[in-house]
Amino acid sequence: MTAWDPGEDVIAVQRGPQPGGAGGLYRAFGETLRGMKTTLGRIAEGTTTFQYPEEKVPVYPRFRGRHKLHRFEDTGLEKCVGCSLCAAACPADCIRVVAAENTPEHRISAGERYATVYEINMTRCIFCGYCEVACPFDAITMGHDYELSDYTRSDLIFTKEMLLAEPLERTPLRTESE
Amino acid sequence: MTAHGSGGLLAVVSYWEPWWIQIIKSLLVFGVGLSMVPVILILERKGLGRFQNRYGPNRVGVFGIMQPLADILKLLRKEQFRPATSVGLLFALAPVISILTAVATFAIIPFGDVHNLFGTNVGLYGIDVSIGPLYAFAFGAIAFYGIMLGGWASGSKYSFLGAMRGAAQLISYEVALGLSLIGVVFQAGTLSLTGIVHAQQHYGLWFFLPQIVGFLIFMVSGFAETNRAPFDLVEADAELVGGYNTEYGGGRFASYYFAEYLNVFVISGLATTMFLGGWLLPFGIHPPAFIDPIVVLVKMFVFVIVFIWVRATLPRLRYDQLMRFGWKVLLPLATVNALVTAILVVET
Repeated sequence: MTAWDPGEDVIAVQRGPQPGGAGGLYRAFGETLRGMKTTLGRIAEGTTTFQYPEEKVPVYPRFRGRHKLHRFEDTGLEKCVGCSLCAAACPADCIRVVAAENTPEHRISAGERYATVYEINMTRCIFCGYCEVACPFDAITMGHDYELSDYTRSDLIFTKEMLLAEPLERTPLRTESE
Repeated sequence: MTAHGSGGLLAVVSYWEPWWIQIIKSLLVFGVGLSMVPVILILERKGLGRFQNRYGPNRVGVFGIMQPLADILKLLRKEQFRPATSVGLLFALAPVISILTAVATFAIIPFGDVHNLFGTNVGLYGIDVSIGPLYAFAFGAIAFYGIMLGGWASGSKYSFLGAMRGAAQLISYEVALGLSLIGVVFQAGTLSLTGIVHAQQHYGLWFFLPQIVGFLIFMVSGFAETNRAPFDLVEADAELVGGYNTEYGGGRFASYYFAEYLNVFVISGLATTMFLGGWLLPFGIHPPAFIDPIVVLVKMFVFVIVFIWVRATLPRLRYDQLMRFGWKVLLPLATVNALVTAILVVET
């Protein structure tokens, strides 16, 4: 039985200077100077931070931010048919759907029924994306917005109109090179 | 000794300063000195940021330079909270001791030679004492009472631990600090700080070169004396929640903070005077008198930047490492340095 050879996976370990005697003191002093050189090099490197409110970190295309509800682009009808599958899939129980029948003179969605009430409580949402997976008509997707703070909890219950509307400020999307 | 005095506390000066000059001097020295503390604060916070690839505070005012002012104002507006287990009088007194000793030590740092201003001779320093380094050590030792009393009077175990560490650290490093300066004093032949600068002028070489060992020991013990990283065991945020100042808040905490940074400035000033030629410039340049204080301040800020640089680099020592380093490395080195200097001074 031979010992397992880690091969290329082995990581070089940097140890502190060998202690003991005048040699140890000399080595420790040398290591101190090396440390000082390392930190000084960080100044030359410059800063790598984002100045957040002015400068936003671009998100990945699959980032799960605030939800969006969608309409058909040609007819303008809502995709949501009020089936409540999203509410059933939601582990945080934050979606409330009340469905109503479409009538020929009052047609909201493409299906038989539509959602009269569609609310997502953003204080409870865990942004897991299960609603998006559960939806049979791709009516709800996760958007890219992550700035969801507000002063009152009731303001964070997003209604259907808010979810259908385009967000006021677009979150920058990460390009392929980033 | 001349007819002016017989070796009292004050150095023998061959000129006379009127009382109003002394008042202006003290106002100016402390005005400049104390207003340097916020500058060091913002320098440290921005410097530490740059050492870590970030900006540091940049929101309050232009480039964030008003940040220390905002911090101080925030602290001063806070409630003066006191734990039920604390000892009232000492709890309130301790930060005062800290800040008082720091200011008192600042008085002896010379910012320039004696110059003829307003028709009289004026020395550009608070006072010139004939026992310069001893005066500094005396107040440095009292400064630890501020920490020890503060830690003990808080009635909290973390504060108490921090204070005990502070006491041990004082005993360990004050000795090495004192011995490291003995070489300089031997070479200069005087204890007056202005006298030491004059001695460097006559010697033609600033003392940090012939006294390089003493200089290094002074710097290392200086970090310990000011409770700065890597010797900040007294505060040790990670283990002691903040050490002796755990229970302090508001204005009292601000005083502790202020005293700490003033101590950094004072140690920088002592190092400048003792080892870096005070107000002297190299290559025999003799600038006009008003340049002198600027030269001293620039040299002091070089040391302050080194303090910040070291804080950004080195991790905190363990307690036994601190003790071993103080007693088994610095103290013998400082002793040997003093002995060798004494032999060389007597030989020549």
